[in-house]
Amino acid sequence: MTGSTILSSLLGGVLIGLASSALLLFNGRIAGISGILGGALRPVAGEWGWRWWFVAGLLTGGLAVYAVAPGAFAIAVHRSWPLLLAGGVLVGFGARLGSGCTSGHGVCGLSRGSARSWVATAVFTAAGMVTVFVLNHLLAGG
Amino acid sequence: MRNGVAFGTGLVFALGLGLGGMTQPARIIGFLDVAGQWDPTLVFVLAGAVGTHMLAWRWIRRQRHPVLAAGFQIPRERLIDTRLVLGAALFGVGWGIGGYCPGPAITALVSGHPVALAFVGAMLAGVALFDLTPLGSPRALPARPAQPDTAAQAVPAHEELSAPTDA
Repeated sequence: MTGSTILSSLLGGVLIGLASSALLLFNGRIAGISGILGGALRPVAGEWGWRWWFVAGLLTGGLAVYAVAPGAFAIAVHRSWPLLLAGGVLVGFGARLGSGCTSGHGVCGLSRGSARSWVATAVFTAAGMVTVFVLNHLLAGG
Repeated sequence: MRNGVAFGTGLVFALGLGLGGMTQPARIIGFLDVAGQWDPTLVFVLAGAVGTHMLAWRWIRRQRHPVLAAGFQIPRERLIDTRLVLGAALFGVGWGIGGYCPGPAITALVSGHPVALAFVGAMLAGVALFDLTPLGSPRALPARPAQPDTAAQAVPAHEELSAPTDA
């Protein structure tokens, strides 16, 4: 890992932190992506529109990144299709069951010193490490 | 106005994900692969994000209410229960498989890559599946109104913080 990668990672993190802070300061909302998505899929008046605006912002930001550096979306991980789909379902279901994901627990919750978020972050990181160990080393390929 | 803030913060959030390398599943898998060639990128992204948000939070928590809203909607739940741990564990397994968490996955849709499209489709199916379970019903947890992403009650930050904190 080069010095410029470290710098861009830190800066990327700072942008994520600033965006989360602005959403909280102005709208009083936690920038938890799975929560925002969950609410976006379940229409409730007044609770619905802003979530789609946030998603539209994510996509617009993604387009800007893609225009400048399409390599930012490189996929060098090879999983079988059934496994990949199962992974997607687990991420969606697990984030809702556990009331948050890497953004809600991992960024916002840790920053507020929430014990729940510390536990959730430790658990999903450990579970991810075990999963990668099993797929990439024990089963070699997945 | 609030929608504009939501759009702008979503946009900056995605720029941060892209700049930080979080939209590359190989970086996530590399971070989780402690027995292989470990990639510490995520640690730096998390440090930047948590450092920034922690500093901001120290100031935001003293505000009576958000600039554009009546109250802060901050999770007040303190219970560390099976639901939290099981949900995080399932999430972690899926994260380790695909190398995507929800934000980067949504952002990666713009690349049009079949892997990103399929993962997001499955992820939304997972969210919808949860909503079909008794736990996913908005009425399932009447005694716990402060779930961060369901029907959180609007409370001023100072009120939230007058309660004993769990940290």
